[in-house]
Amino acid sequence: MKAETLARLRAARGERRPVARVAALDGSVDAVVEDGEGPLPEPVLEVVRAALKQNRSHDFEHEGGRWFVQVFNPPLRLIVVGAVHISQPLIGMASGLGYDVTLVDPRGAFATAQRFPDVAICDEWPDDALEALGVDGRTAVVTLTHDPKLDDPALHVALRSEAFYVGALGSRRTHAKRVERLVEAGFDEAAIGRIRAPIGLDLGGRAPAEIALAIAAEMTEALYR
Amino acid sequence: MADAAVGEADAILDRAAAWAAAGRGVALATVVKTWGSSPRAVGSQLVVDDAGAFEGSVSGGCIEGAVVMEARRTIEDGAPRLLDFGVSDEEAWDVGLACGGSIEVFVEKLA
Repeated sequence: MKAETLARLRAARGERRPVARVAALDGSVDAVVEDGEGPLPEPVLEVVRAALKQNRSHDFEHEGGRWFVQVFNPPLRLIVVGAVHISQPLIGMASGLGYDVTLVDPRGAFATAQRFPDVAICDEWPDDALEALGVDGRTAVVTLTHDPKLDDPALHVALRSEAFYVGALGSRRTHAKRVERLVEAGFDEAAIGRIRAPIGLDLGGRAPAEIALAIAAEMTEALYR
Repeated sequence: MADAAVGEADAILDRAAAWAAAGRGVALATVVKTWGSSPRAVGSQLVVDDAGAFEGSVSGGCIEGAVVMEARRTIEDGAPRLLDFGVSDEEAWDVGLACGGSIEVFVEKLA
């Protein structure tokens, strides 16, 4: 590995940028792929892009030689807006799935360390919180407050970001009103269409843990499909 | 799984950079393929210096000695190596691959 390759990998990791390292296993090629681009033939770049998407390092063949792509994706992150009853099982499930979880709720009585002992809590207003955290392509955003004053600002930031998953709790009717507000705020159909609502895969469950499971499952699907 | 490994990957890269900055010869060993049951995922890494110090893991224990030895050769001659550790079920316990897997490890010098 070239010293320059190592330096670029470390720089990307430090800034939460997804990056891949590609090597020919005879030592003849040593390259870095960022933003899906690098000094490599297009068929190799396609393999690398898929590996980044799948978060899977693997060997492969190219023109008779053996190669290896090593994926260095930033950790997955989940931002939960709303310290509500569904948040508790969702935070636990997401942690188990490898997410760094941040709980955002400016209402001090909701987001207490007693109710949520094992998660980073942010009590800023949701848009400020999300801006400060920096929402990227390895981040999922879930709004659960049912309160437009809190959910909408978070959605505004999420829809302008590359978040791989944006979900909002609420019935179809609630969502229809939400869509009206987002249109008024200037978001187009494509942006609004990114919101998963009603949130979660349709598993049929209604208990908080069952809804959390439906959300976690939908996040996983969004990540890989 | 993948994300539990993220912090570890950073630690290996940081160690490699620190050792190189200190003027030591450094090699990286990376699991590039596994067959059967293997305790470490593809992409797991080990960083080795010219005195045989190492950090990280490619197998969970018992092939590390052999990998470190080959890595020191790579630091000396600069040539990458592709190492195969295949084990039968009977031998598996002895080398720490409890369920009889095999591992391929790519060793390269940091230059």
